[in-house]
Amino acid sequence: MTGEGYRDDGEHESRLIELQGVTKIYGKGNAMVEALRGIDLAIDEGEFVAVMGPSGSGKSTCMNILGCLDMPTGGSYLFRDVDVGLLDRNQRALLRRHYQGFIFQGYNLLSRTSALENVELPLLYRGTGTQERHRLAMEALATVGLKGWEHHTPAELSGGQQQRVAIARAIVTGPAVLLADEPTGNLDSARSREIMDVLTALNRDEGITVVMITHEPDMAAYAKRQIHFRDGLIVVDEHNGGTA
Amino acid sequence: MVWNTVLLALKEIRRNVMRSFLTILGIVIGVGAVITMVTIGGGATREVQQQIASMGSNMLMVSPGKRLGPGQSSGNVPFKEADVEAIFREVSSIAAVAPVSSQSVQAILGNQNWTTQVTGSDNNYFHVTKRSVAAGRRFSESELRSGAAVCVIGETVRRKLFGAQDSLGEKLRLQKLSCEVIGILAEKGQSTMGQDQDDVVVIPIRALQRRITGNQEVGLIQVSVQDGASTDKAQRDISALMRERRHLAPSDDDNFNVMDMKEIAKMLTGTTELLTALLSAVAAVSLLVGGIGIMNIMLVSVTERTREIGVRLAIGALEREVLTQFLVEAVVLSSLGGVIGIVLALIASVWLGSALNVPFVFNAPIILVSFLFSAAVGVIFGYFPALKAARLDPIEALRHE
Repeated sequence: MTGEGYRDDGEHESRLIELQGVTKIYGKGNAMVEALRGIDLAIDEGEFVAVMGPSGSGKSTCMNILGCLDMPTGGSYLFRDVDVGLLDRNQRALLRRHYQGFIFQGYNLLSRTSALENVELPLLYRGTGTQERHRLAMEALATVGLKGWEHHTPAELSGGQQQRVAIARAIVTGPAVLLADEPTGNLDSARSREIMDVLTALNRDEGITVVMITHEPDMAAYAKRQIHFRDGLIVVDEHNGGTA
Repeated sequence: MVWNTVLLALKEIRRNVMRSFLTILGIVIGVGAVITMVTIGGGATREVQQQIASMGSNMLMVSPGKRLGPGQSSGNVPFKEADVEAIFREVSSIAAVAPVSSQSVQAILGNQNWTTQVTGSDNNYFHVTKRSVAAGRRFSESELRSGAAVCVIGETVRRKLFGAQDSLGEKLRLQKLSCEVIGILAEKGQSTMGQDQDDVVVIPIRALQRRITGNQEVGLIQVSVQDGASTDKAQRDISALMRERRHLAPSDDDNFNVMDMKEIAKMLTGTTELLTALLSAVAAVSLLVGGIGIMNIMLVSVTERTREIGVRLAIGALEREVLTQFLVEAVVLSSLGGVIGIVLALIASVWLGSALNVPFVFNAPIILVSFLFSAAVGVIFGYFPALKAARLDPIEALRHE
């Protein structure tokens, strides 16, 4: 656990993510939209960050850039001191494969495929052997509290359970960071709290860095740090219980 | 990874059994039809070739009349026995020459009668047609010279007329000619054209000329070239000799025809092969249609599974891996169609072969080619949809409804 000092500007041993003057512009001419207008952001290993802001504020664009799904128009993005801007599409895919886990609002599980197989999917791309894949997937499902549900298909699971399968899929590779885009957006408050408990436990016990977009202040309260976007800029960046 | 991808593809195919089946139906029909056509055609060709081989490949057939096209002739100026002797005397490297004149005649024995082919020839007949006398004897020199009323009969004639009785030494009647059976031909079975080659009575050619046809003509001349000698040269020499004997001017066309077995074989197999090729071509079109069907379904599949592709890309699938996945799916689909088509074709070939009385000839190359072709159809028609999947923008794909 790293905690204090994450705003240090110098070399930082546990710096995971560093955005410097990142801009993102969509379209050209009159149709040009400035989604990000110069973002500076540093996230250390082991942090739990909630990203908030109204729609169109640039938070989703920022997440896509953090997840290497999108490239910044300007500025630089360092992931564990690697300049993502210098990587090609395949190298970024490999970075995602080995260091990042994704959780989506809509779960995005493969239908008609068992929970176990869904969780095994990222391991398949890593070339993990069948036995090992099986073991790791069972472990990940147990971690999110789905022991005994391994062979159910998404259609047979509740929304909360589906999202937990999605979390298991994201953590099964032991990623450095979990990127969650409104993970509780489709769930009622009881299920939402269950999901937040799972994420909190993963952050606390496994030391996985969590960056999560949410609309709900209740959910953001689970995080240790909150970032607010407005009009393509970060307007608030604070530790829960005090401004950083 | 490749094996995993194949398993993944099979799983995907199993999820949509009905759709997958309909998708590959075109390939199944295409491959099935092509193999069936080629197998049946090959069987027919094989049979013709076997017949011709049994007749001997070093045989030439000289027939009167101008050559019009394969197997057709007109303007007959018939041969005489002297032509037969001249060929044997003047053309080198000839093993045997036989005059062959045939007429359909009713053979009568007591109250039995049977319409058969009466062939007038000499002992060279047995040499050039590669037939032997199983019981009894051939003609003697004096019988041939005098045109004696003796005959060598085929097995079918013997069975029809004599049944279980002894036939050697008995007399049967051919029109007005009462002739003694002196020999029985060894059995040969059906010919390519469906003729019973044992339904024949051979008599000295002079007997036929005098007592049955009533003229001095020789219908055609069969020549057997010595083993190892060039049939082409013999063919040229016979042509030259016949032109000379018939006093043809250099500007005149031949009014006779020298065919070797290769030409006869070509003539007989030509039709079969042409038909096979045409039917196979039609069948091959359905392979193309099948390929388009696969492309169509793969495109639908890519659209349907856009979100899935988005997820795969997001969790770190490489472009190449997504491409491989969809390509393998298309190839597995089309190969599956190929395999089913091959199995159906083999069943159909055996069944059709027995119905059409054509031997079943297992044709491994065409099966291999068909399988590879069906797989290739998968690659070709699956590539574009697979590329479309691989090039998807993960953000867009994840947003896809």
